[in-house]
Amino acid sequence: MSEAVSALSGQTHEGFVTVSEAGLVGMISIRSDLEAKGLAKALKAERLPVPGPRRIETANGRSIAWMSPDELLLICAHDEAPALTDRLAKALAGDHALVVNVSDARAMFTIRGDKADQVVMKLSPADIATLPEGEIRRSRTAQVAAAFWRSGESEISLISFRSVAGYVMGLLEVSAREGSDLF
Amino acid sequence: MLTLTCPCCGVIAEETEFAPGGEAHLKRFGPGSSDDEFEGYLFARKNPKGVHFERWRHAYGCGKWFLAARDTNTLEVFATYKAQTTEPPADVIAKIKAKRPDWEGYK
Ligand SMILES: [Zn+2]
Repeated sequence: MSEAVSALSGQTHEGFVTVSEAGLVGMISIRSDLEAKGLAKALKAERLPVPGPRRIETANGRSIAWMSPDELLLICAHDEAPALTDRLAKALAGDHALVVNVSDARAMFTIRGDKADQVVMKLSPADIATLPEGEIRRSRTAQVAAAFWRSGESEISLISFRSVAGYVMGLLEVSAREGSDLF
Repeated sequence: MLTLTCPCCGVIAEETEFAPGGEAHLKRFGPGSSDDEFEGYLFARKNPKGVHFERWRHAYGCGKWFLAARDTNTLEVFATYKAQTTEPPADVIAKIKAKRPDWEGYK
């Protein structure tokens, strides 16, 4: 087995807030009719809910996010993802559904500090100020797709494609530079 | 700035989060159609100054296609609705007529 390495190996930058690449994170993409009983049952067996539109729910160390009317994203420990994917795929084998381990296709970032909002405000057209707790917002940061949510007190988590992780880290580092806060 | 509400995920976002897909409610003319019909299907598009029906995709968001009725002149959006709709729904037409009494109507 090869050694798993995250996109930027936890690179961190200090500015008016701290931005860091979150290291290894497991991510599983689930596509299905979200109303399907089979899906609810398969997730319940893993002690996970089916989140409502645009919601992200955290339970038992995992998060599950509503990505589109037929797509969920399950965020878990990186080493847990392969087995969890298999279990869910097996549970949904009889349904019109798809479960894929996308851990190595994504990168995750954490923005920590009182003005974490402002780092994303400068990069995305989304209305960050009104983003409620427990809601995941898919939008863009500068020229690439991103999804972000309030993952804690003064903390925003952000997901991008791994192929653009270096670009996103560059954006976040510049946006968080000391003295560039907005208000 | 054009602001659209995606009917698939409910997000209110500005134009750059979406990808435009041109005129909505086109009727496809494929094999068996006349040359004129096929040419019209491929190339003939409305280009109104005023009420217009368009396809949009929430490209940076939920990824879904939807339809929008808007004014190309003022950027006022009358409604956004499901892509699985072959012509503008009656409530959308009514809404537009209430706001644009002089509008000549769809078609
Ligand atoms: Zn949407």
